[in-house]
Amino acid sequence: MLESVWFILWGVLWAVYFALDGFDLGLGTLVPVLAKSDVDKRIIYNSMGPFWDGNEVWLITAGGVTFAAFPTTYAVMFSGLYSALMIVLFALILRGVSFEFRGKLDSPMWTAIWDGCVVLGSFVPALLLGVAFANIFEGIPIDEAGVFQGNLFTLLNPYGLLGGVLFLCMFTTHGALWLAVKTEGPLHDRAAALARKLWLALAVVAVIFLVATWFATRLYDNYLQNPFVFTIPIVLIPVILVAALFMMRFYMGKGSWWKAWFASGLTIIGATLFGVAGLYPNLLPSSLNPAYSLTIYNSSSSPLTLKIMLGVALTFVPIVIAYQSWVYFMFRDKVTEDHLAYDEAY
Amino acid sequence: MDVLMLSRLQFAAATFFHFLFVPLTLGLSVLVAIMETKWVRTGDEEYKRMAKFWGKLFLINFAIGIVTGITLEFQFGTNWSRYSRYVGDVFGSLLAIEASAAFFLESTFIGVWAFGWDRVSPRLHMVSMWLVAIASNLSAVWILTANAWMQHPVGYVIRNGRAELDDFMAVVTQPFAMQQIIHTVAGAYILAGFFVMGVCAYHLLRKQNVEFFTRSFRIAAAFALIFSLVEVVQGHVHGGEVAKIQPTKLAAMESLWDTTDNAPQYLFLIPDEKNERNLVEIGGIPGALSMLAYHSPSATVKGLKDFPKEDRPPVLPTFIAFRVMVGLGLLFPLLALIGWIKRNRLMENAGYLKAMLFAMPLPYIALQAGWIVAEVGRQPWVVYGMMRTSDAVSPISGSQVMGSFIALVGVYTLLGIAAFYLLARYARKGPQPSSSEATA
Repeated sequence: MLESVWFILWGVLWAVYFALDGFDLGLGTLVPVLAKSDVDKRIIYNSMGPFWDGNEVWLITAGGVTFAAFPTTYAVMFSGLYSALMIVLFALILRGVSFEFRGKLDSPMWTAIWDGCVVLGSFVPALLLGVAFANIFEGIPIDEAGVFQGNLFTLLNPYGLLGGVLFLCMFTTHGALWLAVKTEGPLHDRAAALARKLWLALAVVAVIFLVATWFATRLYDNYLQNPFVFTIPIVLIPVILVAALFMMRFYMGKGSWWKAWFASGLTIIGATLFGVAGLYPNLLPSSLNPAYSLTIYNSSSSPLTLKIMLGVALTFVPIVIAYQSWVYFMFRDKVTEDHLAYDEAY
Repeated sequence: MDVLMLSRLQFAAATFFHFLFVPLTLGLSVLVAIMETKWVRTGDEEYKRMAKFWGKLFLINFAIGIVTGITLEFQFGTNWSRYSRYVGDVFGSLLAIEASAAFFLESTFIGVWAFGWDRVSPRLHMVSMWLVAIASNLSAVWILTANAWMQHPVGYVIRNGRAELDDFMAVVTQPFAMQQIIHTVAGAYILAGFFVMGVCAYHLLRKQNVEFFTRSFRIAAAFALIFSLVEVVQGHVHGGEVAKIQPTKLAAMESLWDTTDNAPQYLFLIPDEKNERNLVEIGGIPGALSMLAYHSPSATVKGLKDFPKEDRPPVLPTFIAFRVMVGLGLLFPLLALIGWIKRNRLMENAGYLKAMLFAMPLPYIALQAGWIVAEVGRQPWVVYGMMRTSDAVSPISGSQVMGSFIALVGVYTLLGIAAFYLLARYARKGPQPSSSEATA
């Protein structure tokens, strides 16, 4: 039971991470497409300014919770996905400092270097996080001892890459919507138009991904043969996913950008939970032999640790959500050229 | 090179680099919060200028400290997966608590502070900086508690083929963790104090913004003086704790080969690790080592030869790092004290100001040396007495680690240069002209 509670929490933490950092990773990727001038770029960076750092901590928390609740999974997953993870980390490092550094020198070359780091540092994690999760869904070649029998290119299989493309579509749509929320004038119009196009791409890729999931993974097994108690939540997730996807388009059509952005976040959460629920009770299936898979039972921490950490999580996560929501509310207005005169602006 | 050596080098490089920036974050956040509090309390705009100027340097430094922290957390899984599997039940929770209780607070409110000057009331803005300061220091508390557990594992049982948590309170309240926390945080405050004093000295020597930098200097000097005194006293107690729980580390710190009663402390000494002796020993003070370690001149101090060769840490780096740390640690209160005494006559003491300018790198060196003592001195164990470093490494290919190590050194070097350049540039630029100057 305790393991199952932690499984849900684990899935939710990753889902929230993707829904939050997703928009700034997506928007960072879109900078070259959306920005026509240096002012545009700065408006885009400042639209994420007070948020991106706090968003990224959800990744650290999701990682930390994997370590605390399922140490064996943490060990096998992170060492198995070694090269992919290292690339993600370097990308995030470069991206993080770029925001702070780019405006600090009056040199076009300096600015161009950090602008490049923002794009690369946003695109690469968006793609690779999708690749990683798709690989988790289909299982990775781990042997009996939990040793990964493959390399970076094992992960770049067709289904893995499809997962990467799906994440890119989700995140860029999410990012374009965020910019539509936060700006006005031509930049807003470009973001809005792009969001509509990206939504279409997302819908198409999502359908292809769901069909491919049928062939490449065993996720649907859980949906088809789950025990009765899990039926309602598990059936609810795909319903929410599809509903959120269409709500997003509906609000985009009406020009309700905040609502469209929320629906987009809900879509990302639904998509993540859809995959995670299908894994249950596995955390990391082995593609070599199902018996080698890491499950919530064979890789979890002791009941004492799980209990203590549950107390910690149930105390702090709501508090974090409360103050982060307050920050989003506080900085809810649109970012305009006037904001760039602010001393600490990016 | 093998996976073990590469992984160790990579972890060392990542920690070294992370810890170039973190101490300044820990200390400067408190200093900026103090300055801003003075502004809110007195309404004196000069303090607001101070918070803004030092805050700008803080932000540059903070960005790099934050992003390099992510690599460290993930490396336990990528490079030390056997370790993570074996001790994750105890160790993983501490990292997860750090993220959820401290890191979120720090990363969220730094955004409020940086972007909120015109958005929130001065009081709330000041509170944001205090939250950043408290959260970064809390973060250090949790990380050091985790590290203290590696130095001195408590509150666990070996069960199901791994170390499982048995007594959570024993882990989070163990005295050795408290020692490490005070020792490291005080060190960070010294570094921040010397950083601020050094930048002030630069401007005072050029007679720029004299009033502004004299006032900044005074705050930093008091801060550095208090914590460098704390450090000397606490460092002594800390050494005693190490003697009790990590005898091999103490013996390596002192390069003591034979178990000795009334053990002397040598002023000058050259270890000869190969032949298990010291090449040169000059200026022995009888009983001084026994006194330092056990507070009694006649106490017996265990020598390295009493331990099997495979249980001894590398002597030379531990020994040198310890001497460097202690030597500098004794210099800091002296320099800070002079500064505090001369705080109202700084302009007449160009020699001292020059010394303080050149003293800026010293706390950085002392803090890195401290980590070498703590971590190299703990070898060959990853968890002292419980798990060897060689049993902790991931079953991965050496080429992968070689690739990531080269990338890490390359990326970090470039980032380090960029950060240093920006810090130096903005430190030299000085504060924004005050509103009265601007209108005049």
